[in-house]
Amino acid sequence: MRKNLNVIAAYSIMMGLIILVGIFQSWNIALSIFNLCLISAVMTMGANIQWGYAGLINFGIMGFTALGGLAAVLISVNPVQEAWSAGGANILLSLFLIIGIVLAVRFVLKKYQKTKIRNYVIAAIIISGIIIIRLVSEPGIEAIEEVNPARTGFLGGLGLPIIFSWIVGAFFAGGLAFVIGKVALGLRADYLAIATLLISEIVIAIIKHEDWLTRGVKNVIGLKRPAPYEVNLQQTDWFINLVEKFNSGKLALISDITERQAALNQFVIEGSSIFVKLCYSGLFLVVVIILLILTQKALYSPWGRMMRAIRDNEEAANAMGKNVVKQHLLIFVLGSAIVGIAGAMLVTQDGLFTPGSYRPLRYTFLIWVMVIVGGSGNNFGAILGGFVVWFLWIEAAPIGLYLVNLTTAGLEDTHFLKVHLIESVPYFRFLMMGIGLLLIMRYRPKGILPEKIEIK
Amino acid sequence: MDLINAIILLLNYIFVPALAYGSQLALGAIFVTLIYGILRFANFATGDMMSFGTMFVILFTWYLQSYGINFGVLPTALLAIPFAIIFMVSYMLIIDKFVFKYYRTNKSPPVQLAMVSIGVMFVTQAVVRIIIGPSDRRFFDGEKFLIKAGEFKEMTGLNEGLAIKSTQVITIIVTLILVSTLFWFLNKTKTGKSMRAYSDNEDLALLSGIDPKKIVMTTWVIAGILATIGGTLYGLDKSFKPFTYFNNMLPIFAAAIVGGIGNPFGAFLGGYVIAFSEILLTYAYKKFFMYILPESMEPDGLIQLLSTDYKFAVSFSILVIVLLYRPSGIFKGKVL
Repeated sequence: MRKNLNVIAAYSIMMGLIILVGIFQSWNIALSIFNLCLISAVMTMGANIQWGYAGLINFGIMGFTALGGLAAVLISVNPVQEAWSAGGANILLSLFLIIGIVLAVRFVLKKYQKTKIRNYVIAAIIISGIIIIRLVSEPGIEAIEEVNPARTGFLGGLGLPIIFSWIVGAFFAGGLAFVIGKVALGLRADYLAIATLLISEIVIAIIKHEDWLTRGVKNVIGLKRPAPYEVNLQQTDWFINLVEKFNSGKLALISDITERQAALNQFVIEGSSIFVKLCYSGLFLVVVIILLILTQKALYSPWGRMMRAIRDNEEAANAMGKNVVKQHLLIFVLGSAIVGIAGAMLVTQDGLFTPGSYRPLRYTFLIWVMVIVGGSGNNFGAILGGFVVWFLWIEAAPIGLYLVNLTTAGLEDTHFLKVHLIESVPYFRFLMMGIGLLLIMRYRPKGILPEKIEIK
Repeated sequence: MDLINAIILLLNYIFVPALAYGSQLALGAIFVTLIYGILRFANFATGDMMSFGTMFVILFTWYLQSYGINFGVLPTALLAIPFAIIFMVSYMLIIDKFVFKYYRTNKSPPVQLAMVSIGVMFVTQAVVRIIIGPSDRRFFDGEKFLIKAGEFKEMTGLNEGLAIKSTQVITIIVTLILVSTLFWFLNKTKTGKSMRAYSDNEDLALLSGIDPKKIVMTTWVIAGILATIGGTLYGLDKSFKPFTYFNNMLPIFAAAIVGGIGNPFGAFLGGYVIAFSEILLTYAYKKFFMYILPESMEPDGLIQLLSTDYKFAVSFSILVIVLLYRPSGIFKGKVL
């Protein structure tokens, strides 16, 4: 118990802060911060098992997040029948062609010795394959995008409950990670960082511009929900009764019946959105707890010890007969899959998929700040990092505004400096993140909750 | 005649823009490669450092303009560059002293320095946005075109016009001057030679009495000059927007690695490789083929290899291919 005192203390302070937001700002804001903290925590767990357990730098988190989001769209949206009949055949044919090309390249790679001619043959296969695919898919894509472009213009999905997409998103992200890992994991650490960063940009470019698959920058809105809709809740009796019970004290103070009814309506509207957010919190919390148990078990298993050995001394581990390449690939896939789950969760919560919103600063670098600040190698640290950094990211603007008002208190309200500073309050979050990261890296390089190796 | 038209078309839409864009990338890539070769880390703050320098150029340009000073047909920004460089270099030296120096003296692994540079990236980005704001700014003044498309058509009687923007010419000339001075400095002067020695083998260089402090300082000064001028040229040619500068970090990294990181000449050429392949692969060649092919064979489609949306993706794919098959870059940089 004593050993874990700092963990408990850190988490209680964090929860206290969120509760304070609930009391002073509103419970709605507090809960949305809490939900995004949970999603961030899932992402940091993914990044943490890559960086903290194995020392692999993955700057492609944005790409895996977006793939998770794509999974949410492809699973939950109802299929667009017209689009399928218009161009589905071409798309399927192109898909088979892609598989054919991959198999052909593999065949050539396996069958023949490494020569110049082999390289040329592979290049020829790929280039001619791309040309054929373009010729096959182009009419199909055009036909699909012409089907009611204002509302659909894409193939749609499978029409299944969106919850399934969390698993499918993990598979999507894991699949991409497998491909990236196969080709890029041999690179030195900082090259791997750059390569993954650029690959994630390619993924985003594809998601943004392949309208037939994702609607691109036209966004997909109104996705299904695992939680009830506010409007429906506001009309169900048991919910109104529940809200009435909760607020009975306040309602009793109002004597006038019509006023009381109005107040109750207000409470029901507020309560419904809080209730929906609580549903999400519950779902996310389940995911976080399951992942936490699994990752903790893995960390203290023989496999976790082996990963740490590989991280700390690759050559020695290799000499002991551990397959470093294979383990690196495995952990890269696992970590990315977890990030994919988070991506699907994020889209589920928002109810919309906006490819334009995926930016490296928010989805890659911020997650890394979370991991480093929280404590790499320690799952509790990584989760805490997700909470602390996301909390600051959201609350930086109010804090910045307060600071600006404090420091410029002597100036008049119309003074150009004060006006300018108040306008630029949103950017104080970058400053805060940067300075926070620099200070942590300098004075507490292992993070708030450092990794501790205990032999059990 | 058709052939000349076709060539002019390619010159106008591919060659000239790619040359200008490539020069801007090349300056950034040399910046990355110098930091990587001498200070030994991948600087993720590259784009934001460039926007930081450009911001000072813009502020000084406004200041000069408010006094009615201008540079005739050339943009006023060129006058402002020297002042901006002073601020930029001092900013970099301050950052080095308070941030990077600690890790350098502790011999931290390069990965840790790269992480630290992310912190610097956040701070620089915040400072730029707080001072000048996130919006799009144009600070170009002076003569806009060297040759206008219409004038060119009249002059030569061709169907295709060739428009050359003055910013494109300025970019190319300034880059050539700057890069040749830099190579002269690195290859002929004593400081430059000691810098190369330090980059090649740190311990040996220290043994032969090279002062590491001086090397590091010179590197930051050169880096500051390159970042300011590179950023300004990009801003003059297109426009200044902090977010675009942050994104430009990616093709710049691609250029530096394609050219062989740690090798300034490779980085210089890498910039052009990236710029040309981006533009060549995403240009629609329909009109070009209309000129050179007989009428019966005219193409139906746009004859575009990739849509322009994939412009960035092209450079990244080149980078990934290079990383996989020749990790030390086309022109042999540091062996990994």
